[in-house]
Amino acid sequence: MNLTLHVWRQAGSSAPGRFETYQAKDVSEHASFLEMLDLVNEDLTREGKEPIAFEHDCREGICGSCGMMINGVPHGPNKMVATCQLHMRFFHDGDVIWIEPFRATAFPVVRDLVVDRSALDRIMDAGGYISVRTGSAPDANALPIRKHESDLAMDAAQCIGCGACVAACPNASAMLFTSAKVSHLGMLPQGQPERWTRVVDMIAQHDLEGFGTCTNHGACQEACPKGISVDFIAHLNRDLLKSSWKAAEPPASAVAGGR
Amino acid sequence: MRRVVALYRSSVGKKILMAVTGFIWIGFLAGHMLGNLKAFQGAGAFDTYAHHLRILGEPILPYKGFLWIFRAVMFLALVIHVLLSWQTSRLSWAARTTKYRRQESLNFDFASRWMRWTGVLILVFLVYHILNMTTGTLHAGFEAETTTQSFAFHNLVTGLGNPWVAAIYIVAMVAILFHLWHGVWSLFQTLGASHPKYVGWRRPIAVVVSIVIFFGFVSIPMAILTRIVHLQ
Repeated sequence: MNLTLHVWRQAGSSAPGRFETYQAKDVSEHASFLEMLDLVNEDLTREGKEPIAFEHDCREGICGSCGMMINGVPHGPNKMVATCQLHMRFFHDGDVIWIEPFRATAFPVVRDLVVDRSALDRIMDAGGYISVRTGSAPDANALPIRKHESDLAMDAAQCIGCGACVAACPNASAMLFTSAKVSHLGMLPQGQPERWTRVVDMIAQHDLEGFGTCTNHGACQEACPKGISVDFIAHLNRDLLKSSWKAAEPPASAVAGGR
Repeated sequence: MRRVVALYRSSVGKKILMAVTGFIWIGFLAGHMLGNLKAFQGAGAFDTYAHHLRILGEPILPYKGFLWIFRAVMFLALVIHVLLSWQTSRLSWAARTTKYRRQESLNFDFASRWMRWTGVLILVFLVYHILNMTTGTLHAGFEAETTTQSFAFHNLVTGLGNPWVAAIYIVAMVAILFHLWHGVWSLFQTLGASHPKYVGWRRPIAVVVSIVIFFGFVSIPMAILTRIVHLQ
């Protein structure tokens, strides 16, 4: 099939960007979207032009690096897949495709379709961890957990940090990402010691990074390649509310005379 | 108080405060609507009710004492709600300064998309409504109440008898309908009320609350325009 691509080209974070139009010829329906871009890039290289920069790594939907806006939808028209898992058989001969980087103040464009998502890493640094004692591994079944909580925590842990929720959000809020991380750790027994400070710290970092404020619009869960539910945002809200009295209790270490 | 300030510092805390103040106003709307429906019982019941609001709490409270305490609480809730929505909106606008060339609305919901603007419309209407029905500044045939009697029914019927005024009220109620359609659902979500037992009821509750409040209020100008409710 032959396609017309309108691709955002931007030489650097401070350079002005613009759309360039390219023709993708003889694209196989078996190709993935990224393979289609690889072919376009080979043509561009042969013509002596700068290839389109896009981020990619695993190409199997688990690393979260290949996010881009395809025809106004993060990761393209198919639900529950990342860009790398989008196949060209879902397009038709003669289609016009608009390709843009994820747009948010907190995600500055590095080059073309590549954005800097390290703001999400800094949210993780602020509280996306648990404290464990080093030494030999504990017995696998020593910590009881109900199946319901375990399942929910694993659903939240599906988040690959691709930033599609931010890209889809009319407010450019990263609340779905933050809620997935807060819920994933906060629902597990290992995550309890930091539970009430984690939620406060991670939201504070989220705000500091310049992400917008959630208005419960719900576009994020539609865009999420891992199907993370906005129910986790409710969970995060509940934990923040509870933290206003829970976090006021003296930390266990202070009671025990530690630290 | 320190905890409220701590909540206010975070974007989610701001939303929680907006949800609580929004809930207070939903309660007010429900009460106001029930009071309005007394218009169908005639001038006597309506004026007695209006007068009673002014003498409520006497003799512990002075004349209009309860009313002013009530107004102060509502005003405070309104200021918090509006101020925080202004602040969070500004944060969100700053969070995406370069717009997409093309962006699909993944789940088009008119109510959530227009939340800020229905809010502005309701605020403008609220100012008009007070000047129209409370102070009478924008009401040609307004009769102020005395310490022994209210003329609320007269003011209601002569005010809404003007089709233009009635149209303003009906448009404002449409804005309230949409604001509550998203607001009531959003309230549950923001306060973290998402237990599997009732999570499926949040949308139906929002729909019922917004529709009941809408029709409850709109029935009054409709009844006056069609002369179902009229002066003696």
